[in-house]
Amino acid sequence: MQVTSSVREPLVTGGKTYHDVTHDVSRQVEGKPSLAWFLAFLTAAGVLALGSIALIATLWEGIGMWGLNKTVGWAWDITNFVWWVGIGHAGTLISAVLLLFRQKWRTSINRAAEAMTIFAVICAAMFPVIHMGRPWLGAYWALPLPNTFGSLWVNFNSPLLWDVFAISTYFSVSLVFWYIGLIPDFATIRDRTTGLRKTIYGALSFGWDGAAKTWMRYESVSLILAGLATPLVLSVHTIVSFDFATSVIPGWHTTIFPPYFVAGAIFSGFAMVLTLMIVTRKVFKLEDYITIGHIELMNIVIIVTGSIVGVAYITEFFIAWYSGVEPEFYAFYNRATGPYFWAYWTMMTCNVISPQLFWIKKIRTSIVATFALSIVVNIGMWFERFVIIVTSLHRDYLPSSWAMFYPTWADVGVYLFTFGLFFTLFFLFAKFFPVINMAEVKSVLKSSSEKVSK
Amino acid sequence: MERDTNFVLGVFDDEDVLLHAVEQVRSSGVKIHEVYSPYPVHGLEHVLGYKRSKLPIAAFLFGMLGTSLALTMQFYMMRFDWPMIIGGKDYAAFPDFIPVTFEMTVLLAAFGMVGVFMISSNLKPWAQPRIFDVRSTDDKHIMAIDIANNKAMDLAKIEEILKSSGASEVNKKSFE
Repeated sequence: MQVTSSVREPLVTGGKTYHDVTHDVSRQVEGKPSLAWFLAFLTAAGVLALGSIALIATLWEGIGMWGLNKTVGWAWDITNFVWWVGIGHAGTLISAVLLLFRQKWRTSINRAAEAMTIFAVICAAMFPVIHMGRPWLGAYWALPLPNTFGSLWVNFNSPLLWDVFAISTYFSVSLVFWYIGLIPDFATIRDRTTGLRKTIYGALSFGWDGAAKTWMRYESVSLILAGLATPLVLSVHTIVSFDFATSVIPGWHTTIFPPYFVAGAIFSGFAMVLTLMIVTRKVFKLEDYITIGHIELMNIVIIVTGSIVGVAYITEFFIAWYSGVEPEFYAFYNRATGPYFWAYWTMMTCNVISPQLFWIKKIRTSIVATFALSIVVNIGMWFERFVIIVTSLHRDYLPSSWAMFYPTWADVGVYLFTFGLFFTLFFLFAKFFPVINMAEVKSVLKSSSEKVSK
Repeated sequence: MERDTNFVLGVFDDEDVLLHAVEQVRSSGVKIHEVYSPYPVHGLEHVLGYKRSKLPIAAFLFGMLGTSLALTMQFYMMRFDWPMIIGGKDYAAFPDFIPVTFEMTVLLAAFGMVGVFMISSNLKPWAQPRIFDVRSTDDKHIMAIDIANNKAMDLAKIEEILKSSGASEVNKKSFE
């Protein structure tokens, strides 16, 4: 059925038919998991179990278990929060923004990227919740519920509260968007299997039958959800950046933060998508669907957003000097030359210099180089948040209260816990859910080539 | 509903053949029950003569509901129920209410629209769909024609129209 064009690279290689698409994706769900999957899953679950010791200790003893002190009141917790939220931006960006731009290559990566988004947001949301100290009382602080003293409400002037609304809306809308896309594929699996599996996937498929009328509504829902999710995804990291930008801490109080955070989020999110997809395509033998072409396009997004982030770093530094505000300039000077200079220069190297290597075609079409650089980018983005948060706080207006931050085992352990959680959920998804959106790939199989068979 | 419902099914391999076939079958006077496809075929709703979905309107109305609920809630809580000066700002600090208002607009629009979609398309975990042909979620497009709705037409004639319009198979299917 598929005809290769002389003009355009096909989105799916290997001359796949519609049935091949169904078969190649569904066989992962239907077959017994491979040894590689088991090892990966057990490793992730092991990390989760190990990290949960730190989490339980933190919940039991309180956040005094962490290395926070009077001067540095936010450190790894909020760094990890912003880092995970940032990673959680790529999925919705791929599925919503690229849908509005009619970028058909998104079809083979959007499912896994959206799953990654949902799991990353779960990891992110954990940190502010634990940081409350007594999360079981958190509902009174985070949700507009009248408290026991009468109707004293939450503060709608606070960006921390905006965050509660932004993250929970983002999570639930992304989840719905993802699930709507999964329904037709669950129906495909339902129609291929028997017994208990048929019952389970039958229930998951919500009685989907592929009627033209339902498809028409489905398309309409997808388009509007994409239209809603696009400003939503931009608003989420904007609001996260307001947590800093609306404060009066030198180094945080800057108007550049919203666009700079959004670009950074897309940057780190795409890097994480690449890290996961390169492994997934190899383990599940999906090289014909997630091609070098896909990897190259994602690398181009990384160059663009990485360069925006680089320009933002330099602009920030210049404006701090040009403003003539001494504490503001000191905050930046201290970042680059103070006791945390190594964190600053790690960030600069990983985020500004290393993605520029993708200008070389050989590097951006190399799987090994892309995999390595995608990890470098995420290390860099973690350090970016660490630099913004810790270096701005550790030397405040009173030199007598200057301090350093040293992470404890509980800081490390809780971070490990989220890694365990993220990968455990991702491996479960990869085994039990179709990792590629079969229906959408089928819809571009024919139109992606110039000449149409007749 | 005791009586059986009987359908003639035209199986199509290609989306373009299907689009022409739908036009041909409809113009020859046969009423199509529904077409089942493994993926969305662009233009199919057009040739079948379906009216545009009203879901965007539902999304807009739910979005408006979200906006008004969010603004009402925030003004009531911050200005009337327990007024407090925070950061020297007005009680009713309207610009500060925008982020939460935006989020609630998106939340209600998305959930409201998806809810309407689920109800109107009868999508629910316990739904038992009529599967005409299991290949309709794999690689075939199935055109279902309800015989009871085409009493005026001879059965053999319908089958012939389907064949000549490009169906690779013509089958029959009955449901209890």
